[in-house]
Amino acid sequence: MVEFTLPQNSVVKKGKTFKAAGAANIRKFEVYRWDPDTNENPRIDSYEIDMDHCGPMVLDAILKIKNEIDTTLSFRRSCREGVCGSCAMNINGKNTLACTKAIADYKGTVKIFPLPHMAVVKDLVADMSHFFEQYASIKPWLTNDTEAPAAAERLQSRDERAKLDGLYECVLCACCSTSCPSYWWNSDKYLGPAILLQAYRWLADSRDTDDQARLDELNESFKLYRCHTIMNCTDTCPKGLNPAKAIAEVKKMLVRREHT
Amino acid sequence: MSANRPLSPHLQVYRLPLTGLISITHRMTGVLLSMGLVLFVYVLFAMAAGEASYLAMQAFMSFWLFKAVYWGFIYALFFHLCHGTRHLIWDIGKTFDRATLDKYALIELACSALFTLITFLLS
Repeated sequence: MVEFTLPQNSVVKKGKTFKAAGAANIRKFEVYRWDPDTNENPRIDSYEIDMDHCGPMVLDAILKIKNEIDTTLSFRRSCREGVCGSCAMNINGKNTLACTKAIADYKGTVKIFPLPHMAVVKDLVADMSHFFEQYASIKPWLTNDTEAPAAAERLQSRDERAKLDGLYECVLCACCSTSCPSYWWNSDKYLGPAILLQAYRWLADSRDTDDQARLDELNESFKLYRCHTIMNCTDTCPKGLNPAKAIAEVKKMLVRREHT
Repeated sequence: MSANRPLSPHLQVYRLPLTGLISITHRMTGVLLSMGLVLFVYVLFAMAAGEASYLAMQAFMSFWLFKAVYWGFIYALFFHLCHGTRHLIWDIGKTFDRATLDKYALIELACSALFTLITFLLS
């Protein structure tokens, strides 16, 4: 449902300030905090970071806060090189991976929030369960009802394989889905750009024979057609992929099926 | 699990790209154009109802505020038309290229301004 304002318990208050005494090269980071063990509203804490003793990426600054300034800060991270999708967050108004985003790309204060319009578990950790349930719902595995070749894998031509480029790279970080206003208002029923790109990944796979059932599943006013080509998804994808185009391809497949 | 989990900020913090701003403007102009039809029907009605009502309508529409609304309506119409055309092009699967998104958005804005200007010069 469309709701422009935040519920009472989610309104963000001003929090604490942590100074970096004696540092020459200071950068300010404002970070969204929420502690499930208190009854307080979320707050923004601000941290001064000594950039002469900090790595180049936003994740480096967050780790420095956790390690040296305020150990209570919670966030997800793992690979630190953009392949695990854990450290997706909203940085200065756009969703991206903190590990592959350079601090030098921003001017002034860096403002960090959890992925937008999600239930917050703690600080920068959003509840991703619904997102992954939606992922499971599109059956993200190869389905083929023909007999497997006896001596080899199911082979693809170069052209067939090339159709998966721009799709298989998706790491399911949810930057795109949580940038999408349609997903904000209708995530209960709309699958969102990330899951639809994944759905197209299997539709585009020459080895998968389940196309008709997959299309039947998607051909519904909310699951697929809540996409209004707003393009926030493509604009924000930290892997440079194009979920909006993948969704358009699914829509095209449905039209083609309807009229041939 | 805490039932009291807050909702993370969305519109409050998200910086919409140009395509996102155009998308919401497209929807708003759609609503405003529907409402503007009431005024449009009033103009048609006044034209059909004879000389006296036509002159009254003309005087009414010459007031600066209604003139502004009138030209706003025309700009909204062309903007809505341009972005609608963009949607048709998107629907055939073209112009999704990330690098050109802003370029096409600016072309839409320029075209809708240009069409409004042409209408102004012809009127």
